[in-house]
Amino acid sequence: MSEIVGNSRERARRSAAASSRWRLPELAFWGCAVAAIFLLPSRHLLLNEIAIVGLFAMSIDLILGYAGIVSLGHAAFFGVGAYAAGLLAKSGYVEPASGLLFAGAIAATVGFSASFLVIRGSDLTRLMVTLGVALVFVEVANRFESVTGGVDGLLGISMGPILGLFEFDFGGTTAYCYSLCVLFVMFLIARRIVNSPFGTSLRALKENRMRAGAIGIPTAKRIVAVYSISAGFAGIAGALLAQTTAFVSLEVLDFARSADGLLILVIGGSGYLYGGIIGSIAFALMRDALSTLTPAYWLFWMGAILVALVVVGRERIVDCAKALSLRVRGQPK
Amino acid sequence: MLTIIFDGIAYGMLLFILAVGLSVTLGLMNFVNLAHGAFAMAGGYATVILMNAYGLPFLATLPFAFAFAAMIGLALERLLYRRMYRRSHLDQVLFSIGIVFMAVAATDYLMGSQQQIIHLPEWLRGRIEVAGVAIGAYRFFLVVVCGALVVALQWVLARTRFGSQLRAAVDDTRVARGLGIPTDLIFAATFATGSGLAGLGGALGAEILGLDPTFPLKFMLYFLIVVTVGGTATISGPFAAAILLGIADVAGKYYIPRLGAFVIYFFMLVVLLLRPNGLFVRSGAR
Repeated sequence: MSEIVGNSRERARRSAAASSRWRLPELAFWGCAVAAIFLLPSRHLLLNEIAIVGLFAMSIDLILGYAGIVSLGHAAFFGVGAYAAGLLAKSGYVEPASGLLFAGAIAATVGFSASFLVIRGSDLTRLMVTLGVALVFVEVANRFESVTGGVDGLLGISMGPILGLFEFDFGGTTAYCYSLCVLFVMFLIARRIVNSPFGTSLRALKENRMRAGAIGIPTAKRIVAVYSISAGFAGIAGALLAQTTAFVSLEVLDFARSADGLLILVIGGSGYLYGGIIGSIAFALMRDALSTLTPAYWLFWMGAILVALVVVGRERIVDCAKALSLRVRGQPK
Repeated sequence: MLTIIFDGIAYGMLLFILAVGLSVTLGLMNFVNLAHGAFAMAGGYATVILMNAYGLPFLATLPFAFAFAAMIGLALERLLYRRMYRRSHLDQVLFSIGIVFMAVAATDYLMGSQQQIIHLPEWLRGRIEVAGVAIGAYRFFLVVVCGALVVALQWVLARTRFGSQLRAAVDDTRVARGLGIPTDLIFAATFATGSGLAGLGGALGAEILGLDPTFPLKFMLYFLIVVTVGGTATISGPFAAAILLGIADVAGKYYIPRLGAFVIYFFMLVVLLLRPNGLFVRSGAR
């Protein structure tokens, strides 16, 4: 018996080590992201936005791709983070990196309190709760104009140099480097989380919550934990946006942002962490192309993409990509 | 005080008419249709166009609002929705959000983004006294119309052959199909009727709820609350939930205008904490 346990433990460790090993495409991916600093010097503002949105989508991936929770209101935490960072800077504390941690902590705390609603009820209730929580925050931000600036947004944020060393510039070069560093660090943390036993138990819970509970995984606690972590991630993404653009508006809490996040994740594919970032790149390119065609009706195309994606089948796209990558590597199917 | 309760009831009945189709869709096929508000909007715009461009009287436009929304519902159900029934909730959510976005943008393109105004006929404006309580004539009209619809719906569900087939299909689709009940047909008909009712609700509610292209997004949460709180198993569940929600919302906005918008969220929270599976859950319901 103990031999079997020891064996399976060894096997589990090996499989965990295998799944957390760095692969060549991953290194190439981050290499490209760094190279973009030099290769696309005029596009740093856009790249910065892609990195931020990518981080936001990654935060959704943590709950959707790993724990299977469909959220319609993740922008709530993005917005909380953005407002926290903006307000902190306005109150006179202008160092960005520690402001980021502060905003992330606030968002994670809010996520923690909200998670107790999320663990209750069915999928449908969860949709209602996540949507409702986001709307509460929109309403709060709208009502307390004296603090948040209401519809006008939070104006007059001025950030200090990052860690006292790097000043933000107009071209967005510092901003992109900063966001990329933060994205990478957050990615490392997320990668560590999902490859840990904790991450494995999340996946078990996604597959079948009742069975996961039956083999002794404390499902409610796991969901609370991952939801808080994911809220913290989203908060940091929001804080990045507030710091690099020096502006926060009600738009950070918008329903469209939550829906964007979901769409981005679905384009990139959920459950392997890169989906958010890849989707974010694809999304930015598509928006660029489509809004030059019909600027005002971008929403229509977004809807059409969503419908088409689902009708064609998300899995099929992922399968195509997989088959393609196998063929490129010259392996039989 | 009584006026507020009455207004709340009128508002709640309106919400019920808007959301009842969604509750049946959810119960019948376990399909999360966030685009339900889009059908309501279609009905509202049908009324606006018919009244403003063709000069039809308000009452005469209502059947068209119903028919228009029902037709769109039927077409979409046959073309797209039916493929989604067996998909995961995530797929359904994404799909219906996509439909909402398309509807919002298309309406914006066709009709402009401004609020649409409906000119009610003279006899529906102003106030009337009923048993010493001053109530808006239009609210009274709403209560009468929606009340009649509720009774009719309940009658159809409880007494007709179609109703019992529908209930059987909701309870257990597979067994119902095995017994020779054409569940597919029933579902299409129900979906169309639900959409039609939403359209009718949109037309009736244009005066109270306002009508602009973002309507489906604005009221998405209300529909979800009605359905989750009321449950999907009965007609009376969502009905009670809608009335409660209506009264809470109206009273909240009247008594504490500064925090009025929070009342429904608070309502949602309390219900969820006390009864996570909804107020009116039949035992054994899935």
